[in-house]
Amino acid sequence: MSSIAGSKSGLTWAVHISVLLLVLLWLFPTIGLLISSFRTSDQIATSGWWDALFTQEQNMVLRAKPPKAQNQEGATWVISGNIFADNDESPATISVWGTSSREISKYTPGETADLGDKGKLTVEANGDYRLENTTEFSGKRGGRVFVTATAPPKFTLDNYRTVLFSGSTTDSMAKAFFNTLTVTIPATIIPIVIAAFAAYALAWMRFPGRALLIAAVVGLLVVPLQLALIPLLRLHLAIGIGKGYLGVWLAHTGFGLPLAIYLLRNYMVGLPRDIIENAKVDGATDFQIFTRIILPLSFPALASFAIFQFLWTWNDLLVAKVFLIDATGETTVMTNQIVELLGTRGGNWEILATAAFVSIAVPLAVFFAMQRYLVRGLLAGSVK
Amino acid sequence: MNPALQGLITIVIGVGGCLAYFYLSNQFLDRVLFPGTGEHAGRNINRANQIRPWLFLFPAIFALTLYLAYPVVETLRLSLTDRNAGGAFVGLANYRQMMDEPKFWEAMKNNMLWLIVVPAAATAFGLLAAQLTDRIKWGNIAKSLIFMPMAISFVGASVIFKLVYDTRAADQDQIGVLNALWLTFDGETSSLIFLRLVPAIIVLAFGAFMAYGIYLTLRPLIWGEAERGGGSWWTVPLRAAVAIGAAWLLWLSLKSIFNLFTVTLPYGEPQTWLTVPFWNNFFLMVVLIWIQTGFAMVILSAALRGIPEETIEAAIIDGASPFDIFFKIKVPQIMSTIVVVWTTITLVVLKVFDIVYAMTNGQWETQVLANYMYDKLFRANDWGVGSASAIIIMLLVTPILIWNVYTTRKEMR
Repeated sequence: MSSIAGSKSGLTWAVHISVLLLVLLWLFPTIGLLISSFRTSDQIATSGWWDALFTQEQNMVLRAKPPKAQNQEGATWVISGNIFADNDESPATISVWGTSSREISKYTPGETADLGDKGKLTVEANGDYRLENTTEFSGKRGGRVFVTATAPPKFTLDNYRTVLFSGSTTDSMAKAFFNTLTVTIPATIIPIVIAAFAAYALAWMRFPGRALLIAAVVGLLVVPLQLALIPLLRLHLAIGIGKGYLGVWLAHTGFGLPLAIYLLRNYMVGLPRDIIENAKVDGATDFQIFTRIILPLSFPALASFAIFQFLWTWNDLLVAKVFLIDATGETTVMTNQIVELLGTRGGNWEILATAAFVSIAVPLAVFFAMQRYLVRGLLAGSVK
Repeated sequence: MNPALQGLITIVIGVGGCLAYFYLSNQFLDRVLFPGTGEHAGRNINRANQIRPWLFLFPAIFALTLYLAYPVVETLRLSLTDRNAGGAFVGLANYRQMMDEPKFWEAMKNNMLWLIVVPAAATAFGLLAAQLTDRIKWGNIAKSLIFMPMAISFVGASVIFKLVYDTRAADQDQIGVLNALWLTFDGETSSLIFLRLVPAIIVLAFGAFMAYGIYLTLRPLIWGEAERGGGSWWTVPLRAAVAIGAAWLLWLSLKSIFNLFTVTLPYGEPQTWLTVPFWNNFFLMVVLIWIQTGFAMVILSAALRGIPEETIEAAIIDGASPFDIFFKIKVPQIMSTIVVVWTTITLVVLKVFDIVYAMTNGQWETQVLANYMYDKLFRANDWGVGSASAIIIMLLVTPILIWNVYTTRKEMR
C-alpha cells in the first residue's frame, strides 16, 4: 500500500489534507460546546464561540465613578480612574469611544470630549479617564461612557460551579450524576456474571437444543427494546417493583444479555480446547474450569462487553424514563435532566453546554482509556 | 436509604447471589442429587452432566424470556386489545386507528428517509475515513477522534448540534455555526459551487451507486447466471425487489438534482433549521451520521486490513490506479462487511428515539416511529396504538433478524 502512496506524493498530500479536514469536521461541533461551557452567558449570546479564541472587539456601556468620588484640584473638580477597573471589567484596549448611545464611536483614545456644562472628558486607550469641570459635580450616578474595546480571550469556570456545586434544583447536575452512577454500575456488572455462565455452557457443554438456543440469542439481539416497554412496565407495576432502581437494573440486565452472551460465547469458543480437556482429565469440575480457567482467559471479552454496557446504560434515556423516573423526579438521570434543561432553559447555553459536558466527560474518559477493548468488542459482535 | 448504598448492596446481593446460585446448585447436583461415588457413580456423573448446562443457563434463559421474548408476545396481544374497554379483544382496530392518523404516516415516511440516508451516509463516510486513515502515520489518532462520538450520548449529541443549528435574529451576531456559514453565502459563485454543485455531485454519486447496484442484482437474471451459479429460485423475486427499490432511489436522486438547480434559496436570512419542513429531517440525521460514522470506520478499516496483500500487489503490477484498486479490488472483497455495517446501522436507525425527542420532539414534521410510539404510550396513554406501532418497528426489524439467524446457523454448521 505504501508503494502506491510513495510513488505519488501529490496524492499523499491530498490524503493528509482530507483526513485533517474530516477530523476537524468531526471535532468541530464538540469543541464548540466545550468552549461555550467556559464562556459567560453574555459572551455566548453576543458572539459565536469561534470568536472566543481570538482577541475580541466588543461594545460596552460603562460608568465613570459617581460624583461623590470627586476631588478638588485648584479651581477644577476632577473625577478620575480607570473605566474598566471601576466597572469590574477585565482590562481591554479602547479603539473608539463616545458619550451618547447615538454616537458611540465619536472620539478616539486621547481625545477630549466637551460635554458642555457637564465638563470635559478624556479617555485613554487603556481605559484611564479624567473628567474635569469648573463647577462641582452633582447627582448620584457617574456619567455613561460608550467604549468599543478589544479584549483578550476570557474564560470562566463559573458555569461548572453552578452546574456541579450550586445545589440549585433546576441547574444542578450533582444529584443526577450520582443517580446515573447508581443506575450504571449494577446494570453493567450483573449481566456480565449471568452471561458468562450461559456463554460457557453454550460454548463448551454438550446438550440437546444448544444450536437452537444460540440462534435464539442471535435473534433476540436485534429485538427492539421498544417492544418491551409496555409489558415490562405493567409487569413491574403488578409485582410491586414499580418505578425505581431495581426495575431499571433488571431491565438493563435483560436488554444487555443477548449481546453479552453472544460476545462472550464467540470469544470462549475460540479458547484452546486442550486446556479445557486437560483440566477435565485432571478431574476439574465444570464449575472449577469456568472460574479458574475460562473467566481469567476471557478478560478481553468481558472488558469489551463491560464498556459497551457501561456506555449504553450511561447514555440511555428511554429505559430510564420508562422504568426509573417517577413523578417526583428524585431519581432523574443526567440525560433526562439535560432534556429537561433543553425545554426550560433552551436559550441558556452556558448551563446547557456545561451540563452536557459533565454528562459526556465520564464516557469520553472511559472511551479513550479503553478504546482497544471497545474496538475489539465491536469487531466481535457488530450486530446489536 | 441512600441510593448509592442501595446500589452497592444490590451489586453485592446480585453478584453474590448469582455466584452463590451457580456454586450451590452445582454442589447440590454433585453431592446430593447424583453423588459421583458409590454404587451408581458412573450413571450419576452422566446424569449430573446432562443437567449441569441447564443450571448454567437458567438465569440467562429466565431473564431473556421474561425481558425480551415474553414482551414480544405480550405487545402483540396488547396491540389487539383496547385498554379503555378493559382489555377486550378488538382485532385490528388499533392498527386501523393508527393508519388513519396522518402523524403515523409522517413517522413512516420519515423513518424510510432515515433508513435510506443514515446507513448510506455513515457507511460511505466510514469507508472513506477507513481508507484514508489506513494510509497515513497519524491515522490511528485520526481514527480515534472520528470514533469519539460513539461515546457521546444521543442527548449530548443533540445539545451539541442544537448549538450548531442555533438561530439569532438577522441584526444580531449568529452564535450557531450553520447560520454564520449560511450568511456568508450571497448567491454568487461560491454559493453556486457549495450549495448546488457539490450536493448535486454527492447525490449523483449516490444515484450512480444505485445504478451499479441495479446492474449487479439484475445481471445474473439477464445472463441466466443464476442457474449456472447455483442460485435458488427464491432469489429471483428478491433480486427484482431490490432492483425496484434501487430504481426508485435512483429516480429520487435524479429528481432532487433537478430540484437543486431550480430551487430559490433565501440568501442572507438566518434560518431556524429545525423548523424547515422536510429538510429538518436531514439536520436530525446528521447527528446520527456523526455518531455512527466512527463505528462504520472501525469495522471497515479492520476489513480493509484483512484483504490479502497479493490481490492489491497484483493490481498494482497490472497498472491499476488507486481508485481502481479501491473500487474494483478492495470494495468487492469487503462487501459482506459493508452489508453487516449497513444492517447494524439500520437497526440503530429503527430504534432512534433520543435525538428526535430531545431536538424537536416530532414537531415540524420530524416524527419517527420510536418517538411516535413513546408519544402514544406515555402522553396519550394509549397502550393499544402504542403497542401497534411497536409491532410495526418489530416488523421492520424482522428481515434483519431472520437474516442474522440464518447466517449464524450457516456459520455454525
